[in-house]
Amino acid sequence: MSKELIRLSDCVMKFDDDVILDHINLYINDKEFLTLLGPSGCGKTTMLRIIGGFQKPTSGDVFFDGVRINDVPPHRRKVNTVFQKYALFTHMNIFENVAFGLRINKVPDPKDPKRLIKVPEAEVKRRVEEALTLVNLAGYGKRSVNSLSGGQQQRVAIARAIVNRPQVLLLDEPLGALDLKLRKDMQIELKRIQQQVGITFIYVTHDQEEALTMSDTIVVMNAGKIQQIGTPEDIYNEPKNAFVADFIGESNIIDGVMHEDYVVGMYGRKFRCLDKGFAPGEAVDVVIRPEDIDIVSEAEGQLTGTVTEVTFKGVHYDTIVDFRGFKWLIQTTDYSPVGSRIGVKIDPDGFHIMKKSPYSGMFGDYSSYSAEYDELNEGPDEAEGGDEE
Amino acid sequence: MRNRALAIPYVVWMALFVIAPLILIVIYAFTAKDGGVTLSNFSNMGQYFPAFRHSFVLAVIATLICILIGYPLAYFLSKESVMVRKVAMMLIMLPMWMNFLLRTYAWMSLLDDNGLINQFLGSIGLFDLINGIFGTNLTCFHMINTQGAIILGMVYNFLPFMIMPIFSVIDKIDPKVIEAAQDLGANNTMVFRKVIFPLSLPGVLSGVTMVFIPSVSTFALSRLLGGGKTLLLGDLIEMQFLGNAYNPHLGSAIALVMMVIVLVCMAIMNRFGEGEEGVAVL
Repeated sequence: MSKELIRLSDCVMKFDDDVILDHINLYINDKEFLTLLGPSGCGKTTMLRIIGGFQKPTSGDVFFDGVRINDVPPHRRKVNTVFQKYALFTHMNIFENVAFGLRINKVPDPKDPKRLIKVPEAEVKRRVEEALTLVNLAGYGKRSVNSLSGGQQQRVAIARAIVNRPQVLLLDEPLGALDLKLRKDMQIELKRIQQQVGITFIYVTHDQEEALTMSDTIVVMNAGKIQQIGTPEDIYNEPKNAFVADFIGESNIIDGVMHEDYVVGMYGRKFRCLDKGFAPGEAVDVVIRPEDIDIVSEAEGQLTGTVTEVTFKGVHYDTIVDFRGFKWLIQTTDYSPVGSRIGVKIDPDGFHIMKKSPYSGMFGDYSSYSAEYDELNEGPDEAEGGDEE
Repeated sequence: MRNRALAIPYVVWMALFVIAPLILIVIYAFTAKDGGVTLSNFSNMGQYFPAFRHSFVLAVIATLICILIGYPLAYFLSKESVMVRKVAMMLIMLPMWMNFLLRTYAWMSLLDDNGLINQFLGSIGLFDLINGIFGTNLTCFHMINTQGAIILGMVYNFLPFMIMPIFSVIDKIDPKVIEAAQDLGANNTMVFRKVIFPLSLPGVLSGVTMVFIPSVSTFALSRLLGGGKTLLLGDLIEMQFLGNAYNPHLGSAIALVMMVIVLVCMAIMNRFGEGEEGVAVL
């Protein structure tokens, strides 16, 4: 891909004794759409604020284009931020909000490059209009901030942040306050804007679906540590540990044993899979995505179990099946009534084998399925957005 | 509130003690002692121009001083920890828990030619020093019974009313808005000039209202600290109701004119803060 633009080198962030970021190493490429994804309190916003210059890491270094910028204040960084609740200037109209960054900065005089002058009014006008057009708000300049809807205010915040032509745009859960429909529209729009202006976007969210939709690279975080870095496909198909598997989409995670390359054992049976490179007899976590499981008759099944719960979800049924005390979630268009005995079939590419991690055994059992939904809705900033898994 | 009945006590109160007196003042202002309708109370107003001028000039000066002292204090206080703010607010409010007259008497004894301040300055040999250098014959700084003392009294008494609204408005400014300005390239000076100050104007406006109005109508201060040399509107009106010059009709007319001028001043001020909330004191 393209060249490296930002590097966090062994960054640690502590508040008193709380470790917010635990030895983070990360590089971010130019023109990349990178998402920091994780539950609230995982350190993702702190990381963004360190890049923006609003916080200094307790230890470790931040490099921008090869230059250490730990001590560079926010107003001297070629980075602009779109804030969670927009943070627009309510005492200015839309035009002045967007023009703020242009009016505040001086540029070299074209006639005498040593002199710094204000950006000429004609150019301010042109660039503000350009930015407003980019976010589909052309002609809104004279309106007041309070007359706009949440979605429109969000667009103003984006226009205001890109008018200075930063090399990097930081976005801190910018869609968190919008309703689901608008959020989906804005996801597509943000991706378009990013491609159109051709700059790096660093996007913070706790919404895995948002991350999968927009990102070139996803950084999954938990408890101040990076859990996995990869493309959306990598993260979904090849999760590194039980946390990632559970956080991105739905996963059944079952204790298994790697008998040999391409053969995994669970429930005392052997299954063919596509994974290799484990020690013979190594204990592993087996991830099976709910949509990779076929419900078949009891006789045909590789495993048999009892249906304990069925929920209609529109496109498919969420079927909870008890396999010897461990409950799986299966997503299929076939309806199986509660109490019926069924068999399941999983193709070799339906298995994903992970090494054991500290997260093993914490996720992936659907015994308390509905309770898990409640838990997802608990976090304060997830209250508005955590409902559409 | 859905239930209008709950508002009745206050509506009755307002009708009895706000609207009725206002109507009475208007009636008094437009009538003569014999009860006939007249405009003579207003036509003689010109002779009281100095009292109007003094009142407004002193009130404007006191208000400006309150802004100059109160704004920086409110601004820096808003950045302090909760503990510091609480203590500071306590100290700011503390004098107000004491009786107004008592506070003013205290100033009298402080500012007097033989008062505490002059005694202290004399005891450290300041007057001797000055006399030695300039060959003067100074025994005290004359502070009491001056317009300066009146202004001091106004500032001392009304400063908390300037600090409070400014503080509460600045305190409510979203820190993210300030971060956004920094993020866009504003240094601290520019953040203040372009963001914090404009956003705090509604607080300044209500502070000005709350200092200017009591200042312009104040009485007693001029008598106690100004030695009665500067006749202010408040004193003038008081004289018409309680003094030898007993003439409630003229007193009402003066009060009415003062009210109109204050209202016009406030209306003009509010135009500056158009669209901003927080100036609803009037």
